[in-house]
Amino acid sequence: MALIRTEKLTLSYENMTVIENLDFEVKSGDYLCIVGENGSGKSTLVKALLGLKKPVGGLIEFGDGLLQKEIGYLPQQTSAQRDFPASVSEVVISGCLNSRGIRPFYSAKERKKASENIKLLGLSDLKNRSYRELSGGQQQRVLLARALCATKKLLLLDEPVTGLDPMVTAEMYELISKINKSGVTVIMVTHDISAAIRYASHILCMREGAEEHFFGTTEEFLKSDMSNFLTGSKRERSAENGDT
Amino acid sequence: MEILKEMLSAPILVRALIVGILVSLCAALLGVSLVLKRYSMIGDGLSHVGFGALAIAAVMNLAPMAVAIPVVILAAFLLLRLSSNSKIKGDSAIALISTGALAIGVMAVSMSHGVNIDLNSYLFGSIVSVSGGDVVISVILACAVLLMFIFFYTKIFAITFDESFAKATGINVNLYNMLIALLTAVTIVIGMRLMGSMLISSLIIFPALSSMRVFKSFKSVTICSAVISVVTFVIGMIISYAADTPCGASIVCVNIAAFAGFFIAGALLSRSKKS
Ligand SMILES: Nc1ncnc2c1ncn2[C@@H]1O[C@H](COP(=O)(O)OP(=O)(O)OP(=O)(O)O)[C@@H](O)[C@H]1O
Ligand SMILES: [Mg+2]
Repeated sequence: MALIRTEKLTLSYENMTVIENLDFEVKSGDYLCIVGENGSGKSTLVKALLGLKKPVGGLIEFGDGLLQKEIGYLPQQTSAQRDFPASVSEVVISGCLNSRGIRPFYSAKERKKASENIKLLGLSDLKNRSYRELSGGQQQRVLLARALCATKKLLLLDEPVTGLDPMVTAEMYELISKINKSGVTVIMVTHDISAAIRYASHILCMREGAEEHFFGTTEEFLKSDMSNFLTGSKRERSAENGDT
Repeated sequence: MEILKEMLSAPILVRALIVGILVSLCAALLGVSLVLKRYSMIGDGLSHVGFGALAIAAVMNLAPMAVAIPVVILAAFLLLRLSSNSKIKGDSAIALISTGALAIGVMAVSMSHGVNIDLNSYLFGSIVSVSGGDVVISVILACAVLLMFIFFYTKIFAITFDESFAKATGINVNLYNMLIALLTAVTIVIGMRLMGSMLISSLIIFPALSSMRVFKSFKSVTICSAVISVVTFVIGMIISYAADTPCGASIVCVNIAAFAGFFIAGALLSRSKKS
């Protein structure tokens, strides 16, 4: 049974269809990278998986006892204000909210989980600092720690390395890969094809306006025309051939 | 102290103090969330709608609260819808509704010959207009706001900080937004009697902005705004009584002073940290 499976998934804004008839599935332990040009609908797909956007057609199925609200989510752009007065630990622990009913306060277990994730992401020194005083990269790590608090099963990351320097980017990828190896399924949107090829077990490649999207394992992706198109080699040939 | 004792011996002033303290507390707590969500103009818009509703109620000889509270709650829901809808620009929609309501209120007042309406007290507030019924409503309101902040504090934080993440974790964001809008509407209508419709939104905005100058966590900002709000209210009332100035304006002036103080303190703090 797959963790997430979509069938003929169609998503649109008003009358503009962004994604049409998309099929893919993610099994427990997979590392799926979603790649594709700007505006091809990657973030829209992420929102649909989170239940923030209703599909106009097709379906999204959750298996293996995964609840939609148990997905740890790292947004591409937070709706959070950059000047928000909140301490790092307040932000991180707010990820634990999904596992609680109406209890008003955080339990000791949740506090422990939050501080473990703070340690895992190397934020211990920043724990009591204000979120608004952190650099963009530090803020990104705080949000990743929050996402980890929200899940044991599935992390959904929308361009987690935007704006990070090469060193921190590499660290971030290693960290995500480590988290994946510890048993958490990862779905990551990225523009970094080489990272996708290096780390992912599966790749979903989306093209704007195209009806056919590529979905398969990384090996299959490397053999396909789509990868040549994206990595730049034999560009003309791929462009003529169109899709995969 | 003498002044305070003197004030407490007048029933009108006691009523005004009770209502004022409770409303300041509610306004400050709700204000933190509203200001951080960039919704503070909604408070301003609602107070104008409240003015229009009160004026019409007075002209038609209806109970002011019974008209104003439902009308302002409706307006609050409407404004919330408009601001979360990206198609219509939220700020211009608020300006439209608030100036429109103000104009309707003024028209109603000017056309009502024979009815004696004190426009000045509607616009800038007066302690005389606070009734026993207002005391009851403000006690209920304060209980509701405090309970909400105690029981749902973590959820309010999550919604204020990052609405789409909160939604993704299964929090019913719309419900909480509606609840906040509803309580804000009631706070504004009751506070308007004392502060006037022109000045009531300052109770929502000033304490939150002041405490954000100095404090860095959501919890400390929330607690500090509540304290600032109540303290500035009491000081403002004392000044208004002692110097015989309008109470709404006095309270706002004290808030300006508090903001200046916190602004300077914040600047000094961040400088001392750097050096
Ligand atoms: N709220 C919205 N209302 C209307 N159209 C939208 C909205 N958000 C996105 N779109 C449109 O949907 C399409 C897909 O957008 P989406 O954000 O999913 O792209 P993306 O693949 O994430 O791009 P990027 O790589 O730039 O992040 C775009 O054409 C965009 O203009
Ligand atoms: Mg995107």
